[in-house]
Amino acid sequence: MSEKTEKTEQQRLSVFKTYKLYVGGKFPRSESGRVYEVSDSKGNWLANAPQSSRKDARDAVVAARKAFGGWAGATAYNRGQILYRIAEMLEGRREQFVREVAEAEGLSKAKAAAVVDAAIDRWVWYAGWTDKIAQVVGGGNPVAGPFFNLSSPEPTGVVTVLAPQESSFLGLVSVVAPVIATGNTAVVIASEKSPLPALSLGEVLATSDLPGGVVNILSGRAAEIAPPLAAHQDVNAIDLAGADDVLAKELEIAAADNLKRVLRPQPVDYSATPGIERMTAFLETKTVWHPTGSLGASGSAY
Amino acid sequence: MYSRYARRYARLVTMPTSAPAALADVTASDSTLRRFLHGLPGVDAVGLEARAASLGTRSIKTTAKAYAIDLAISMVDLTTLEGADTPGKVRALGAKAVHPDPTDASTPSTAAVCVYPDMVAAAKAAVAGSGVKVASVATAFPAGRAALAVKLADVADAVAAGADEIDMVIDRGAFLAGDYMKVYDEITAVKEACGTSARLKVIFETGELSTYDNIRRASWLGMLAGADFIKTSTGKVAVNATPANTLLMLEAVRDFRAQTGVQVGVKPAGGIRTTKDAIKFLVLVNETVGADWLDNHWFRFGASSLLNDLLMQRQKLATGRYSGPDYVTVD
Repeated sequence: MSEKTEKTEQQRLSVFKTYKLYVGGKFPRSESGRVYEVSDSKGNWLANAPQSSRKDARDAVVAARKAFGGWAGATAYNRGQILYRIAEMLEGRREQFVREVAEAEGLSKAKAAAVVDAAIDRWVWYAGWTDKIAQVVGGGNPVAGPFFNLSSPEPTGVVTVLAPQESSFLGLVSVVAPVIATGNTAVVIASEKSPLPALSLGEVLATSDLPGGVVNILSGRAAEIAPPLAAHQDVNAIDLAGADDVLAKELEIAAADNLKRVLRPQPVDYSATPGIERMTAFLETKTVWHPTGSLGASGSAY
Repeated sequence: MYSRYARRYARLVTMPTSAPAALADVTASDSTLRRFLHGLPGVDAVGLEARAASLGTRSIKTTAKAYAIDLAISMVDLTTLEGADTPGKVRALGAKAVHPDPTDASTPSTAAVCVYPDMVAAAKAAVAGSGVKVASVATAFPAGRAALAVKLADVADAVAAGADEIDMVIDRGAFLAGDYMKVYDEITAVKEACGTSARLKVIFETGELSTYDNIRRASWLGMLAGADFIKTSTGKVAVNATPANTLLMLEAVRDFRAQTGVQVGVKPAGGIRTTKDAIKFLVLVNETVGADWLDNHWFRFGASSLLNDLLMQRQKLATGRYSGPDYVTVD
């Protein structure tokens, strides 16, 4: 009997995973139908990842724009809950991500586990920030007149994110979480060499109450997908974290055309506490004047 | 493989409908009209949809795409048919029809603006001197549920206000009940009310006619009654213009011209929102009735949001950058 069970187990075919893009809450293949081979740090084949075309990028922007109103309009508290939910879902699939990160970055199992834990903690960290950032970078301004003068941070809009090339998971989370924590929507280009943890993250996001289109994940050649996104008139900002010097310069020139906010690549230690710079980089400050005083006497609040 | 198959059988699928040569006798009485309409060959639904779908797979790129986009813009009937229409909104729409893209003077004007009868005067003033026509829906649009006298008064109002084109709806209730003569008489009466100054578009509301056979019958009925244009839908129901029902109507106008020598225009309306869709319709026109209809005198798109997508695609072709909704007007 036990021999028989063993035999069936030996005969079982391995189930390969088809990695797909994450766009608009769905998991499409690349419109172009292309894939490219992804290998681990030693050069062994891991899987085929979709090689996105500029049309996939265009579709992702449409999805991100569609999702923007709802996500920016959601309460900060609600966004925080959803970001925390992402951490919860990641915790449940921790083993999978430890394996994928270990393969992608050539880390030992223990080190990969530490990276995944740090990434999960990062979601929790930004989940806490969603309803606090407005108090840090906004507030009442002192003015010499009968007015309330209030500044509040507003999300910029659709942000293109070139995820870091080396830190394929912790780096990715560290650049995506601050963008969406403040109410932006993101089009993310995953690490070119090791996109698999990013594509798997899409599956986590899809089951975390995150509305479809808030995060869209593309894999492929950054040099091919990023220029149309940098020139896209409906993209409001671009984070160049994963671009090399030549590409970053090219993208910054293209992004200047409609005055995108640009976050230049800079050396970052992704294991350190991040600070709020990545959030404020994609916030705009709205200042409003409210008349006070005599109107209050007539019974109106303002 | 599939497309070769489709092409080989295309002639069978789109077999010209055969009707008696003496079409004048057809409308002599209720029974002759019924006999004629029910004598039209049945529509091969599977073949029709397959043909429409296969024509939708053509790849139109670069210069051909630029030509198609400009042609499509020039065919748009820019439409606002809301209860909340104001003279200001109609003026804004008129300005947009004349200069769809104010940043690029080479953009063609649209064919017409399409409004309710009481807004015709405002629309007329907004497009004065530009060559853009004013179309008005009439005859108790969109339901068409009113007495003939009311419908005719509606039409007369619009014509008196200066409408160049009248979009009437047929009485779908009468049509579905088999009272073809009533529908025929209404169309001829409205045609008469249009006089010589206004062209008549007849809306069948294909989404309510339930079968392709009915759409073919309605097309012939409309053309026999003197329609200058046959139009798919009001845009107010769930199913609007589809490639298949537009193909069917294109076949009808082709066959009608073959038999009578009279050319009739076609206007798909409602549900066409993207440049890709619009180009698919243009392919249908070119492949079914040919270049004679590739002109805004004979083919129109009833749409409002389509124009913005056409303009964004036009900007993309001109600049190489993807454009966004921030760069076209919201209407």
